[in-house]
Amino acid sequence: MGLAVGISEASLRYDDEWIFNNIRLHLEASQWTCLLGRSGAGKSSLLRMIANLLSGTEAHTTAHIEIHTSDGLPLAGRIAWMAQRDLLLPWLRVLDNVLLGSRLRGNGRASMDLRRKATDLLARVGMAGYELRYPASLSGGQRQRVALARTLLEDQPLVLMDEPFSSLDAITRYKLQSLAAELLRDKTILLITHDPAEAVRMGHQILVFGRRQLGEPLRPPGEPLRALDDPVLLPLQARLLGELLEAVQ
Amino acid sequence: MTAPAQNSGARLLKPLVITFGLLGVWQLAVLVSGAPAYILPGPVRVFQALVGHGLLLLDHALVTLTEMLIGLLAGSVLGLLSALSLSWFRHLRGWLLPVLVISQAIPVFALAPVLMLWFGFGMASKIVMTTLIIYFPVTAACYDGLRHTDQGWLDLAAILGADRRRQLLRIRLPAALPALGSGLRVATSVAPIGAVVGEWVGSSRGLGYLMLHANARMQVDLMFAALLVLALLAVALYFLVDGGLRAAMPWQRVTLQ
Repeated sequence: MGLAVGISEASLRYDDEWIFNNIRLHLEASQWTCLLGRSGAGKSSLLRMIANLLSGTEAHTTAHIEIHTSDGLPLAGRIAWMAQRDLLLPWLRVLDNVLLGSRLRGNGRASMDLRRKATDLLARVGMAGYELRYPASLSGGQRQRVALARTLLEDQPLVLMDEPFSSLDAITRYKLQSLAAELLRDKTILLITHDPAEAVRMGHQILVFGRRQLGEPLRPPGEPLRALDDPVLLPLQARLLGELLEAVQ
Repeated sequence: MTAPAQNSGARLLKPLVITFGLLGVWQLAVLVSGAPAYILPGPVRVFQALVGHGLLLLDHALVTLTEMLIGLLAGSVLGLLSALSLSWFRHLRGWLLPVLVISQAIPVFALAPVLMLWFGFGMASKIVMTTLIIYFPVTAACYDGLRHTDQGWLDLAAILGADRRRQLLRIRLPAALPALGSGLRVATSVAPIGAVVGEWVGSSRGLGYLMLHANARMQVDLMFAALLVLALLAVALYFLVDGGLRAAMPWQRVTLQ
């Protein structure tokens, strides 16, 4: 059984300006929740608050958030993270980048077992044979595949994704979306995106991030991954785009 | 972009041509102007002095090289440790940074007589001098590098459960290596200044001493030979450090083909 996460009373204020106020959001267990919004709407800040990265010590910033989990345990240490940039460390080879979590928590080398698991995961994301390469020698799509393997190795119940596919070209993006959906099947996902098509393809539920508020959750028919040319979904994509436009006016 | 593959012979050709070309111009200038050898000796005379005083030059060169190497090592280690401390002890920063900046306002050369007084006529005062001259560029570059770590990496490290120590040693420090490398390259190129100025102020050994000594006795060709050896040492040291830095950062050589 996956982990469900309830978020309430999420507020963020910069000086006297509310970025968002009293947002509530329910992440269903083992489902993809897509937050759709324009750049600069505060989506990433909300994600950082859930991950406890906005410590509240930043100047001018007042942040508040309540988080409830379905098992009652704190969220700390149970989150995996995929950002828009792959965040691979240039001085580590691909395999060591995948093993980054264990490098940062432990002292010595990762166990043989873990290394084998990392190698397997690299093969599953289509990066077999690249273990000893440096990130600088990889393309953007390959790098994000390695970042996906790093996320998978952490094997956390909640995965926070901040537009991880947005900087990729259309074909690479499509492939990586499919791969992520398949490999993260049992996880609870919060995916931030500015692309209505991506939200419709990936999300069990979709929420539009409007002016300081979240819209009502929208549940497209059928299960992800959805086919983008499904005639039922085309009006939905148009509607989401309309809501996005409305939110900025 | 990668340069087209060249064999080492072709790569050596251009520096050799320019070196011998300049030497030719020098010799020509001496011949045409008819300058006396005690003002401007030609390269041939300097080369003769180099060979004739080979052992003497080697003896003094070893002293200067030792001063430079120890000073470089001490200055780099102290600089690195200072930068790490500044990064780790947040409360110390406000106290230490002004001290660092003020200490740089005093020219190190002006300190040379004081260092001579405190550390004596021998190698120690030159090593301290070299250490001081290297310390600041290394500290500044390294501290700057430690401060400007990509926030995304730090976020990721925090989510992956890295404590503050590991964030410093496994994220911030390796991320600062290129900046530290630039600081070290600058430091290496100023290391000979520290050693030679130290020797000028007061010493009985070293290339700086030999130059003054030769000058006083009108052995201008020997002075030029010492200068040449010093330049060779400086270049060799630079390439040594540069090579070491490249070996320490193999990922920097990789680029997308």
